[in-house]
Amino acid sequence: MEKEIRNESLPSCVREKVHDICREHGCDPGELIHILHALQRTFGYLPEAVQEAVAAELDIPVARVYGVVTFYSYFTMVPKGKYPVSVCLGTACYVRGAEAVLDEFRRQLEIGVGETTLDGLFSLDCLRCVGACGLAPVVSVGDRVYGRLTPEKVRGILSDYYRAAED
Amino acid sequence: MTIGWQVLVCGGTGCRASQSERIEKALKEEIRRCGLEDEAQVIRTGCFGFCEKGPVVKVIPDNTFYVQVRPEDAEEIVSEHLLKGCRVRRLLYVDPETHLRVSDSKHIGFYRKQLRIALRNCGFIDPENIGEYIARDGYAALGKALTGMTPEEVIGEIERSGLRGRGGGGFPTGLKWKITRQAPGERKYVVCNADEGDPGAFMDRSILEGDPHSVLEAMAINGYCTGASKGLIYIRAEYPLAVERLKTAIGQAREAGLLGDDILGSGFSFDVEIRYGAGAFVCGEETALIRSMEGQRGEAMVKPPFPSERGYAGCPTNVNNVETYANIPVILLKGADWFAGIGTERSKGTKVFALAGKINNVGLIEVPMGTTLREVIFGIGGGIKNGKKFKAVQTGGPSGGCLTEKHLDIPIDYDNLLAAGSMMGSGGMIVMDEDDCMVSMAKFYLDFTVEESCGKCAPCRVGNKRLHELLQKITGGKGTEEDLERLRNLALVIRDTALCGLGQTSPNPVLSTLDNFRDEYLAHVREQRCYAHQCRDLTQYFISPEICRGCTLCARACPVNAISGERKHPHAIDPLLCVRCGSCLEKCKFGAVRVR
Repeated sequence: MEKEIRNESLPSCVREKVHDICREHGCDPGELIHILHALQRTFGYLPEAVQEAVAAELDIPVARVYGVVTFYSYFTMVPKGKYPVSVCLGTACYVRGAEAVLDEFRRQLEIGVGETTLDGLFSLDCLRCVGACGLAPVVSVGDRVYGRLTPEKVRGILSDYYRAAED
Repeated sequence: MTIGWQVLVCGGTGCRASQSERIEKALKEEIRRCGLEDEAQVIRTGCFGFCEKGPVVKVIPDNTFYVQVRPEDAEEIVSEHLLKGCRVRRLLYVDPETHLRVSDSKHIGFYRKQLRIALRNCGFIDPENIGEYIARDGYAALGKALTGMTPEEVIGEIERSGLRGRGGGGFPTGLKWKITRQAPGERKYVVCNADEGDPGAFMDRSILEGDPHSVLEAMAINGYCTGASKGLIYIRAEYPLAVERLKTAIGQAREAGLLGDDILGSGFSFDVEIRYGAGAFVCGEETALIRSMEGQRGEAMVKPPFPSERGYAGCPTNVNNVETYANIPVILLKGADWFAGIGTERSKGTKVFALAGKINNVGLIEVPMGTTLREVIFGIGGGIKNGKKFKAVQTGGPSGGCLTEKHLDIPIDYDNLLAAGSMMGSGGMIVMDEDDCMVSMAKFYLDFTVEESCGKCAPCRVGNKRLHELLQKITGGKGTEEDLERLRNLALVIRDTALCGLGQTSPNPVLSTLDNFRDEYLAHVREQRCYAHQCRDLTQYFISPEICRGCTLCARACPVNAISGERKHPHAIDPLLCVRCGSCLEKCKFGAVRVR
């Protein structure tokens, strides 16, 4: 019964979108990961209500959807910032000082890893290797990759985005 | 119309991060402005491998190799080189030994000692143009197999070549194909494992970005041999460029009739589909990969049954790694004997390594098996950054081990690395210098394994967590000598009892550092000292009063006001307030700040 009520609370446009995406993949539980990719591209994250709607569409337990969402690091249940910051903690970046860069982002943004700033502008994450090891340490903000970073350069990068957000 | 000049711009992820797309655009604009459209062509290629000096631009036919090019340089390259035929000297590579500028990449030390088989097309062709691949004998091997060879003959050729799996395990590829062929089943699958999760390794991504057709061709050949009509590429969603290029390549191959129904009129049908991963290291393990492709949590399964007997959707499935596939077409064209003539007795051919860390020439290299670590690190890699002392090289990623000075002269192959306590792995090679603390490195890798363990079996889920806690205790200055014994015992239990390859190899970084750097562990637990000054809890900053001039620079830089002292008088650090951030050390111009 509770499931029904929660589903009701989902805006109808969201419910329709979930329905459409599941249909595109033939409502096949084997396509679950592709469906979740498509939904995260659309909504930016995968809240519980969306996971419940997917489970209902595919006729599988919510636990299975939740299990997959929490297993893979690419899926997130909290909204990302407008400018998602990902600090590479791959080995090459680590030995060239990525931890200090991460600490500086934490200090400047006043959030921890996996969190989003209150104004919704930035979220902070770690990832393992974008494969630009020649430029280590590397940080990506959205699609843009910044290489050869030092803690001193962090403030400059962030202020560029603050400025862009104001415009 | 004859095109005289070809300007190749590296479009790999590394160079794109340094704005190679803007360089490409600037070059095109400049060529148009000078009216050279008919004589010069700009081509975006895959990775050249020399990422350290990126972005890289190469001009053909005179093979001029420009390094660290900026968009502003486009004008000079066009007006001087393409119009007047004079090379832009300031953009040429400087040989670090002779200090001379080198124009042809053939003479650059980084390339001179390499042999490129899997990377043969990377940096030479436009990966988004099937015609360029075909012009370099692309799809000729598929044609040869389909029209002139039986599946058994192809498998025999691969077996004779001695090719072993390049994903890490080193299982003989021909044998794997044979088992899948012999496995009973109506439907079979060919899978390409492109889930490159090993931090610091980017060889698969570079092959997919630079030469996607070679993988497609090999998968089709595999399908012909094993009796599969469907190929699946499992790739990380974190590799958007590689995914894009693969999609383009699949589309072009279908259009050219090289994928799809009745390929080259042989009656053999084969098609390829892309499957996305979602960021889980364990999915590089083949049983976990198959579970993930089925839309489930990527948890490893007990083997046997092996995927070649029962894999995707319960059907026989042949799983090979990207680099393994990239070798197949060449072997068929040049013959098993040629391939078997390269390498060592039990490891044939070449291996691609991603060279990274504290090394001068970071990049992607390919060398014959049997090349020594010294040759790779000091010959091709150009030695250690900033003239520091070599300390260790980590091969095989989180599953591998740290090798030291005494291992530098062993010829690299599967068996030698294993005997030395490390492994080939997928080919990541991270170089560390005297400033790296090996206990911290072991902890770093354990960090990774703890995060990436799928949680199915207790040795990996619980055991690695406990290993990590022990390492935290040691780096925190609270470890004892008994902890070292505990560390080793637990590591051995995990190695012997974990379910899959990830768990069984996860203690390797701990075991190899315990063996090779026991002194460092002892310094941590006996003296509470970290000589590399990496373990924060074990370091102490102080100011030498004889050297300090009282310039106040350090006091102003200190984020927690732990430094006090009057102007022009020696300063002092309060160890209770100090957070050991190292800002004072960086700021001091007189070398008065010391670490202990």
